[in-house]
Amino acid sequence: MTSDTTNDAFNDALARAAEAAAPSGGQVKRKYIGRSMKRVEDPRLLTGRGGFIADQKIAGLTHAAIFRSPVAHGRIVSIDATAALAIPGVIAVVTGEDCRAKMNPCMNFGPSTIPQYPLAVDKVRYVGEAVVAVIADTRYLAEDGVDALDVEFEELPPVVNPFKALEADAALLHEGHGSNLAYERSFTFGEVDEAFERADLVVSDTLHWGRSAGMPLETTGAIGKPGLNGVLEIYCNSMNFSYFVWLIATALKLPSNRVTINPVPAGGSFGSKFTAHKVPTLAGFLALQVNRPVSYVEDRLDHLMNSDHHASDRYYEAKLALTCDGTIVGMDVDVVDDYGAYLQFGVGTHGNALSQGVGPYNFNNLRYHLRAVLTNKCQQGAYRGFGSEVHNWVLERLVDQAAEKLGMAPEVIRRKNFIQPEQFPHKIPGGNLYDSGDYEAVLDKALSMIDLEHWRKEKKRLREEENRYIGIGLVTTQERSVFSSTEFWYWFDEPAFPITSSPESATITIDPSGEFQVLLHSQAMWGNSPETVAAMVVAEEFGVEPDKVNIRYADSAHALPGTGPGGSRFTVMVTGAIRGAAKKLQKKIIEIAAHTLEVPPEDMEITDARVQVKGAPEVGLSLGEVAATAYFFALNLPPGMTSGLEEQHTYDHPLTTLPSPDRSDLGIFYPIMGHNCHIAVMEVDPDTGMTTWLDYVAVHDAGTIVNPITLGGHVTGGTAQGVGTALLEELAYDEDGQFKSSTFLDYLIPTANEIPAMKLGHVETPSPYTEYGIKGGGEGGRMATPGVISAAIDDALREFGMHVQNLPVKPSDIVATVLAAREQQKEQRS
Amino acid sequence: MTIQTQGGVDPTLQRTITARVNGRDVSGVVDTRTTLADWLRDELDLVSVHLGCEHGVCGCCTILLDGQSVRACLMLAAQVNGRDVETVESLSSDQTKLHPIQEAFQEEHGLQCGFCTPAMVLRTKEILADGRERTDEEVRQDISGILCRCTGYQNIINSVQCAARKLRAGSPAPIAAGTGTGGSSDQNPGA
Repeated sequence: MTSDTTNDAFNDALARAAEAAAPSGGQVKRKYIGRSMKRVEDPRLLTGRGGFIADQKIAGLTHAAIFRSPVAHGRIVSIDATAALAIPGVIAVVTGEDCRAKMNPCMNFGPSTIPQYPLAVDKVRYVGEAVVAVIADTRYLAEDGVDALDVEFEELPPVVNPFKALEADAALLHEGHGSNLAYERSFTFGEVDEAFERADLVVSDTLHWGRSAGMPLETTGAIGKPGLNGVLEIYCNSMNFSYFVWLIATALKLPSNRVTINPVPAGGSFGSKFTAHKVPTLAGFLALQVNRPVSYVEDRLDHLMNSDHHASDRYYEAKLALTCDGTIVGMDVDVVDDYGAYLQFGVGTHGNALSQGVGPYNFNNLRYHLRAVLTNKCQQGAYRGFGSEVHNWVLERLVDQAAEKLGMAPEVIRRKNFIQPEQFPHKIPGGNLYDSGDYEAVLDKALSMIDLEHWRKEKKRLREEENRYIGIGLVTTQERSVFSSTEFWYWFDEPAFPITSSPESATITIDPSGEFQVLLHSQAMWGNSPETVAAMVVAEEFGVEPDKVNIRYADSAHALPGTGPGGSRFTVMVTGAIRGAAKKLQKKIIEIAAHTLEVPPEDMEITDARVQVKGAPEVGLSLGEVAATAYFFALNLPPGMTSGLEEQHTYDHPLTTLPSPDRSDLGIFYPIMGHNCHIAVMEVDPDTGMTTWLDYVAVHDAGTIVNPITLGGHVTGGTAQGVGTALLEELAYDEDGQFKSSTFLDYLIPTANEIPAMKLGHVETPSPYTEYGIKGGGEGGRMATPGVISAAIDDALREFGMHVQNLPVKPSDIVATVLAAREQQKEQRS
Repeated sequence: MTIQTQGGVDPTLQRTITARVNGRDVSGVVDTRTTLADWLRDELDLVSVHLGCEHGVCGCCTILLDGQSVRACLMLAAQVNGRDVETVESLSSDQTKLHPIQEAFQEEHGLQCGFCTPAMVLRTKEILADGRERTDEEVRQDISGILCRCTGYQNIINSVQCAARKLRAGSPAPIAAGTGTGGSSDQNPGA
């Protein structure tokens, strides 16, 4: 494909997407979209009836507990289950040998030379890896059984540091792969070397983004249950079942029509239950072994050390090239990602980084060199931001450093480099498209909500008069939304399965009484507001009250094509699906009413749950009357129309193109681009390292807002998680690969005391390519907060040479920097 | 605590207990090692008692014991013999008729996934029992023993303040600590 044909495809896709999303005739005043609405999900949650996986009561249910590896790297020598099996109530003991004999490796988007089973086969590769499952009548007895197991390991040298893992003499995690380098690729877009040669200023940094995780308060769990006709039913709180049901079936050696996933609500995910495969695959496998229903719900220790999704653990050498007036001209990123022992997700999290590689800034030269390394740690996967939030932090760290070197205020250097409103749709180096934006409007709004001049004076005054250290941080970052699946495979020249679909579906039914049901097709509730969004869109389209709409979730046997929540896609996608179904249903309603009333269909409209003649609202029918006709009076329907009042619609990704075969252009894969500006004022105590919030402003642009109060919840919730990533949370391993974060006393989730009171603002720049102009906003504050905290801490302790390069930045890191600086000052004085 | 033993039952393994749970007396034989949380969830179907960490940090299993919040994962069922236990079902288990505290959480969007929510609602009931007005900073401190991973706490603080206003404006029922059923008309703790 030449670049011309790439451009043609690009322009065609753009035109089609814009046409599909164009509002039909003028700006319509909306009644529900954009109004803060109480969530329809809440009453059941407030009364403790969320229906979580551990709440499921199934007759004859048995329970599994897991024996986890105590060593980082070793061979399994023997497993003696005699004592465990002797315990009354213990039903069975299942090992990796059973898995090898009876199943295929688990689903895997990485190389096939890195296979994974839900229970370790031959070797263990990290502390906490599942080795043996014990099934018993109760969880207590299953844990008794685990305690009674006698498992012997032959220890192998642990591989903990990713750079040492790449050395020639490092022990191999996967002998069949032949190297601990799971994957390497370099992309160069534009004239990077020339940009750096021409630059007046090059800033560089060595940065480490530490390992954290979504860490929802509910762990991952699943129930496997042998059902009728040889169908294995799996109840699970893992998201995106429509992507993984057939992969789990393949792993279990069952035809895909003999596995049904029943989606169960999740008590939070944040990526951690995104296509989480280990738990549902294991529960299904265990149920098949004992031919009884088996529940396996991770306890917190399981989840901390053996989940599907620890998050990014990245080491960067990163450089930014600028001209002397502060114009950014190029970026060069060399990243080593410590993936842990398996490569479940491939390197899609770096595709995410490339979707917004230049941030909100107007430059065209970008190099990205990735090495994905295998070490003796838990595998890595998704966490709110999916790797793009890490890149945001790196870019903002470099921009701040450049601003300091050039003597520019953080808002000045950013404003100078913003992509301007008239430049949209804007193609960035690499090929992704930014649909729309007004970054100065977001910055201006944020600046209007905080008195920066006051804080800058206060900073000086408090330092001079009270010996207190105040820091101000400001970042402007992107929040890409609505992924297309190409980012999972464009890394490979010959991908095994170059998927291009990421649809979402909805079914709207008006029952014979005129009541609304909506069926969603790819997940259950996971903490966001899928039902409220669906109810609001139905309300907007039909004029029915949102709380009158009932929302249900399909199991995988009934589900239409879907992808589920992830990458801030769901609100955009499900709105497209529901609106598509609504248009079909509206057409049928109007045809029935027009036929009944003998009025031309084009003269009719649907308002307030009625179909009526435009300009003569007294001539019309209630939707209940239309529904009765549709279900019970076939002879009154227009000729050829079939009974019933139900429509479904599958909404494909609104705008995506293929990457070029040579990967000089990765195509459009994440085009619905949100933006935000966060400003933080913090006090840092140089003697204790304690940080205190003085002010916090967050302004986001997620296009047309559906429900302001829930969007605000994403911003505050994401910000809190960003605080955790930046200051507190660390999944740590020692030099032997022992896991050091096995309780919530070690892995510190922020409490209310660590979170700032936030002032929120919104700017609405609608997307030209989505229904109503909505953009995703689910990842919220976590896209920006680590950067703004790093900047504020640097600013507070600049006189000590504080420069945040490692996250989380802990009080001990701050104190060490201060002590070293004071020591140096002392030496200089003497 | 009075220990009642049954004929033939080893008291080191099992105990018979009677407790007042959500305003009703409940009796049962429990294994001595059964945690209070597991007993409430598994035997009484009070699945609002959520298990987030089972080591006493997250607070999702918070219940009110004689009106005071405790972690149900850190207590044994045998320890509540003769005592008063409240779970969120004691406020209202009728989804069409929420208690004012539950209403406040819905109105202020004080929950997302709902996993910490029953604990936060019960803690709110406990701290508002004195009827005193609080600053946002005091509320922040008061709820800091329960983790929430979704909201960033801001809307929970708003919910607590909203609930306080609602209760001051005209409580539908006294919510003094330890009254068992709170404002609920539902006397069935297991429903």
